[in-house]
Amino acid sequence: MGDLQLVGFVGPSVNWWALMPQIILLGAALVVLLVSALAPQRASTVFTTVATLCAASTSFVVALGLWNDVKTDGPSSSIASAFGVDGFSIFFTVLILIGLATTALLSHGYLDREGIDPPEFHALLLCSAAGAIVMASANDLIVMFLGLEALSIGIYVMIAMHHRRSEARESAIKYFVLGAFSSAFLLYGIALTYGATGSTNLVHVRNYLDVVVFRDQHLLMAAMALLLVGLSFKVAAAPFHFWAPDVYQGAPSPVTGWMASIAKAAGFAALLRIFFAAFASHDVDWAPIVGALAVITLVVGAVMAILQTDVKRMLAFSSVSHAGYVLVAVHSASAAGTSAALFYLFTYTLMVLGSFAVVGAMGSDDEHPLSRYSGLGRSRPVIAIGFTVLLLAQAGIPTTSGFIAKFQVIAAAVDNKSYFIAAVSMFTAVIGAYMYLRIVMAMYVADEGEEGPSPVWHWTTSVVVIAAVSFTVIVGLVPQFLIDFAEDAVPILIRG
Amino acid sequence: MEITTGWYLVLGALLFVIGGTGLLIRRNPLVMLMCVELMLNGVNLSFVAFARQLDDIGGQTVVFFVLVVAAAEVVVGLGLVVAILRRQPGTTADDLSALKG
Repeated sequence: MGDLQLVGFVGPSVNWWALMPQIILLGAALVVLLVSALAPQRASTVFTTVATLCAASTSFVVALGLWNDVKTDGPSSSIASAFGVDGFSIFFTVLILIGLATTALLSHGYLDREGIDPPEFHALLLCSAAGAIVMASANDLIVMFLGLEALSIGIYVMIAMHHRRSEARESAIKYFVLGAFSSAFLLYGIALTYGATGSTNLVHVRNYLDVVVFRDQHLLMAAMALLLVGLSFKVAAAPFHFWAPDVYQGAPSPVTGWMASIAKAAGFAALLRIFFAAFASHDVDWAPIVGALAVITLVVGAVMAILQTDVKRMLAFSSVSHAGYVLVAVHSASAAGTSAALFYLFTYTLMVLGSFAVVGAMGSDDEHPLSRYSGLGRSRPVIAIGFTVLLLAQAGIPTTSGFIAKFQVIAAAVDNKSYFIAAVSMFTAVIGAYMYLRIVMAMYVADEGEEGPSPVWHWTTSVVVIAAVSFTVIVGLVPQFLIDFAEDAVPILIRG
Repeated sequence: MEITTGWYLVLGALLFVIGGTGLLIRRNPLVMLMCVELMLNGVNLSFVAFARQLDDIGGQTVVFFVLVVAAAEVVVGLGLVVAILRRQPGTTADDLSALKG
């Protein structure tokens, strides 16, 4: 054993500025909890929402400052190089903060309507967001694991907070059991990576794999397989997606939006950092497996979505098929593929949050049958148009951001000569479009008197839907600024 | 016979598999929680065995992080199980099937 020198122990230097986005979010969580505990009467939803929005925007400003630092000084790492600050981590920080602000706005009307205590919900949401940022910025597998757990544990409780509904409890326990199961797989993969390379630090792993040629790679292959399985559960890629429809359906709609967008984005951030960046020299080993997962995910997502009758379940399977497209981009194992994946995740996050904003306003209980949406085009034309744009964007119709995103992913696959996967992506996009059009048809083609109940609309929901729709259309028409942002965000810190 | 690192790794893998199998086949929510713990502890054992073999303290410190995470998970898991059992006593995993399609 090495000498343990506890005397004169010097801790690693910490760049507090780099950690500021998470510290602000965690500080805000503590403030929200403290104020609600000390205040004479129950803290109002207005206070907690405003506090969360302030934290998100302050954090956002810091993240932009960090982006400037990275532009001028290049990427850096902190805390014994366990935490990375590069374009990649800031890209995801920005994305997560946008998701946080959106979810806070969506939950504003929802919490009041359903009688859920706002301070706890917002504190958990803030902790969950901080965990997601840690996960996306982690430069060490253990830090990544801790971020993942902070993200997931917050979500388990947020789902179950609607404690009067048995569906929410069932959804929470299902997500909990499968989340813990997949975390154990991920952790075992980390242990085997540690055993094979002698470190959990991604830069060390990468340097080690660049130099050392293994006599037998069994340990490393097992490690990659376990890491891939663990993360596939988190991003709901088939065949590890079976929890997603049940959990998405039973969870409160704002939390469903959060899971479908940010939990998935953070999972893909981890996947890209581990596989594209750290295991880069072994891409002949992992890329075919990711490609196979992508094909299965695309087919399962598109076909199963058609068979659903519940709108929330349809959107759950649509989010499975979106995971398939991002996997196609990851499969190409190139810088172009990675920036396509980042672009896809950014645009997808806004589309899915906008869609779940509408779904959340459409009804409080758990059944979201298609008939509830019938006649919406006549009774609430503006909402119907907004929802239509978001659904068509998810289908990948030109002039929306979804088209550019799908185009880039398929272009990256073609560049990589993966013609089969590119063909499957295009084919499943057509199948998937049928499902989105079914919802659109239900809204517009309905006889008089067949209208479903009218939505419970809150002004914050309008803000979210308008923002999501305009972002989707603007990126669809002038995508260049987001393409540049995604290209600057390829993980150079580890990739070298 | 000398006990090498490999033995500990095999034991860790066995614990992981037993926990994973138990999680999939047992229907009692509390036993499922215990199975998660078993999986995590199998991983912990592998970490310690690797740390010993590599002569590196990093793998042993990881175990402390994992223990904290496992404790946090159990707090939430037990809370969920209590919330479910209080309203529907005697619930098994098979009874939680309202959501399907």
